[in-house]
Parts: sequence; C-alpha cells; structure tokens
Amino acid sequence: METVIEIKDLKIAFNGKPVLTGINLTLCRGENLAIIGRSGEGKSVTIECIVGLLTPDEGTITVLGKDITNLDSDELKELLLHTGFLFQQSALYDSMTVRENLAFPLIRVLKISDEAEIEKRSVEALEAVGLAAAIDKMPSDLSGGQRKRMALARTLIVNPEIILYDEPTTGLDAITSKEISALIMDIRKKYKSSSIIITHDMSCAKITADRILIINEGKIIAGGTYKELENSSDPFIASFFK
Amino acid sequence: MKQGIILRGKKILESIGDYTEFFKSVITNTFRRGFEWNELIRQCYLVGVRSINIVLVTGFVLGFVLTLQSQPTLKAFGAEGFVPNMVAVSIIREIGPVIISLICAGKIASGIGAEIGSMKVTEQIAAMDVSGANSIQYLAVTRILACIFMVPLLVLFADAMSLLGGYVGTNISGNMTAVLYFNKSFSSLLFSDFFPSLIKTFFFGFIIGFVACFKGFHANRGTESVGIAANSAVVSASFWIILIDALAVQLTSIFVYNQ
Repeated sequence: METVIEIKDLKIAFNGKPVLTGINLTLCRGENLAIIGRSGEGKSVTIECIVGLLTPDEGTITVLGKDITNLDSDELKELLLHTGFLFQQSALYDSMTVRENLAFPLIRVLKISDEAEIEKRSVEALEAVGLAAAIDKMPSDLSGGQRKRMALARTLIVNPEIILYDEPTTGLDAITSKEISALIMDIRKKYKSSSIIITHDMSCAKITADRILIINEGKIIAGGTYKELENSSDPFIASFFK
Repeated sequence: MKQGIILRGKKILESIGDYTEFFKSVITNTFRRGFEWNELIRQCYLVGVRSINIVLVTGFVLGFVLTLQSQPTLKAFGAEGFVPNMVAVSIIREIGPVIISLICAGKIASGIGAEIGSMKVTEQIAAMDVSGANSIQYLAVTRILACIFMVPLLVLFADAMSLLGGYVGTNISGNMTAVLYFNKSFSSLLFSDFFPSLIKTFFFGFIIGFVACFKGFHANRGTESVGIAANSAVVSASFWIILIDALAVQLTSIFVYNQ
C-alpha cells in the first residue's frame, strides 16, 4: 500500500528537555492511524512537526514523497494544500462568520474569486459535517461540538488527502464525541482521506482507527489494532484499555 | 552575578535576532504575490477612521492649552501678537507629531497587539499557516502599512485642529479675527518646518504597526500573554517614537537648519 507519511527517527527538544526521542511511523493511503499516550508525551508535537509548525532537531518527515525538513516556505505551502489540520481548540477565526471562515482558505490559498463557486463549496463542506444551517453564525454562537464540526468543514473545503486530528473529541460530552468519531469515518469514506488522530479518548480510537500507536517518553513503544493492543500483557499498554 | 549578565546578554541578542527575522519576513511578504488589498483598506479604516475622534479632540486641546499657558508670559513681554506664530511652529514642528503618535501608540498598538496576541494564543495564526495561507502578509503587512499611511494623516488632522484650538484659546481673553490669526500662523511656517515633521510621522506609523505586530506574533501561550503583548506593544512603540524623534530632531538640525 502507498505510504503518504513516513517519519524516521524524529527528535525534538524544548529548552534542552527532550520531548521526542526517536519517533518512527508510517501512514498508508486511506488508513486511519491513532496515536495515544499520556499528556506531555509529544503526540501533538509529532503532528505539528508534520505540518511544519515545529522544526525537528533530527530525523526526516516525508509527506507525499517530499521531505518537509528540506522544503522552502513556498514548497511547504504547496504541500500543505494536500493536508488538513484539526486543532484541539478548533482555532476558528473568531472575528469572521462561519461563511468567511470557510471562504478564507478558498480565496487566500486556492485563489478562487468566483463567489458562486465559493458559496457552493462552503455549503458542501458544511453539509458534509451536518452544519449547513450555521453558515451565517459567528463562531462564538456555536457549541463545542459545532465548533469542531465547523473546523472540520474548513479543513475539508480544500479536499485534503491527509487530515491530522489533534484531540478531536477533547472537551466534548460522550454523545457528541461519538458523533465526531462517526463523522471522522464518514469523511474518510467520502473524501478518501488518510488520517492521523491524536487522542486520549479510547472510544474515539476504537471507532476511528485501523491501527493504534502508543507513545511513551517520546518514542512509539507499541502498535497494532485496537483488539491486539487491548489483549496486551504489558501493564502499561493494558492501562489505556481499562 | 556573572551568570545573570550572560543570560541577560543572551536574551537581548535573541530579541534582536527575533526583531530582525520578523522585519525581514515583513519586507519579503510586502512584495510577495497575492497582496491583501481589501484587508489593507479595512485596516486603514480601522486604524484611521476609528482613531479620528480622539486625535481631533487631543489636537484641539493641545492648541487650546498651549495658547492659554503661553499667552500670559508673552503678554508680559508685550509679544501677545506672536501667540499664533508660536503655537503654529511648536505644534507643527514637534508637539503635534509626537503627542499624536504617542496617542496612536496607545490606541492602535494596544489593539493590534491584543488582537494578534489573542489569535496566536488561540492557534488561529497556526491555523492560517497550516492551511497554506500567509499569516504575515495577511495580518502583519496590512496592519503595518495601514499605520504608515494613516498616522501621518491623523497627525495632519490633529495639527489643523490644534490651530483651531489656538484660535479659540486666543479669543477667550483677547480679540483676534480668524483671518488675522491664521495669516499669522501660516506666515511663520516654512516648508522646512512642515516637511521633516511629516516625514518622521511615517516612521512613527511604521514603528507603531511593526512593534504591535511583533509583540502579537510573539505572544506566548496563555491568556495572560495577550495582556502582556498589548501592554508591551504600547510601551515599546512609545519608547521608539521618542527615540526616533530625538534622532529626527538632530538630523533636521544638521541637514535642514544647518546648525
């Protein structure tokens, strides 16, 4: 199967304190990969390195065949057109309406100026996440779950091949979490995307992930399907499934 | 002690490096394709039109107060008739640009610092960057250019209001016609009074926008840092305005007045 992301020996330290001490992982086309681990173990740092928000100290990150550590800013921006990132706190542009949030990447990244086209794609993206009625609302008028959906719509509007989810269900109630998890599956089916899902939420990982990696002290210590890891005899791994 | 000095020195050098890097990024992105004209116009409105009231009132009060304060002294020397000349020269040359720029630093720099700082803390800037949009071009370049264009205009409006304030102040205790007052004011002004002071307001505008954007973009995570970004934007911009003014006065003395 084609590899869309390959990370080799990724290392990063903040103020001399090592956070990632040698991450190795691959993401195949069409796969949903969940990374779980305790807080502060470097899960979010890993995906922030993938999109160039952080620069690793060592290692290589190959996204769609390009090593992002060797790209200049224009090449990186070009590559980012193929990736989407869902932030933990949604990161909606709070001074813009939902419509303007959705139009932002279309106008400024894809350089689309046709208003009818922008409107069509905005409505499509909102319908994909079940939020079509909210198009003229401000982000502050949306609930936590709606904000996640809205952020997802803004990610989907550029039809990314890869979507990186940073804690997609954090701060949501159990029912909304399940809805978001189901939405992640719907999106894979509809957009044929490959995803890395950073999560603490084991029910989210169970629903969405084809494969789960467990990170500890800046390294991947185990990987497998939900069932394989659930039956692990390692007490640390088993502790995530209790 | 020695360790503390080394750490302090390292921090200063890092700060200079950050400023230089940000300046380079702003300059590069100013001339990059896909300039945000609509956002620039919107920012000009926010920086200019939204600041006009406070600037006009401040300008009027400056001229008014300066007249009332200086009138008795000039009267004692029998030079009451020189009040319009004195007010015009001092306002246009120095007081208008500096005071109005300081007011703008308070109003505009705090707003930009807080807005961008808040966007940084809530990961909105990161969201722009990972979407492939150019956050420096969209957020920083437009705001800095808006300040460069609008601060000189605001200073011009304030200068005009100061002359009007001076006229009102003169007529509280005295009696001078508007035509005479403004004739006296303008007759004492030379191109060399007006032009250098206008030029320096472009630099003041740049420094207000640049420092505010820098502080916003370098806000650390956490809501407290939004307040810190806004506050330090005002303090740093005010400091730089005074410093640039001191330098501009020296340069003007040397090159314009040949002193």
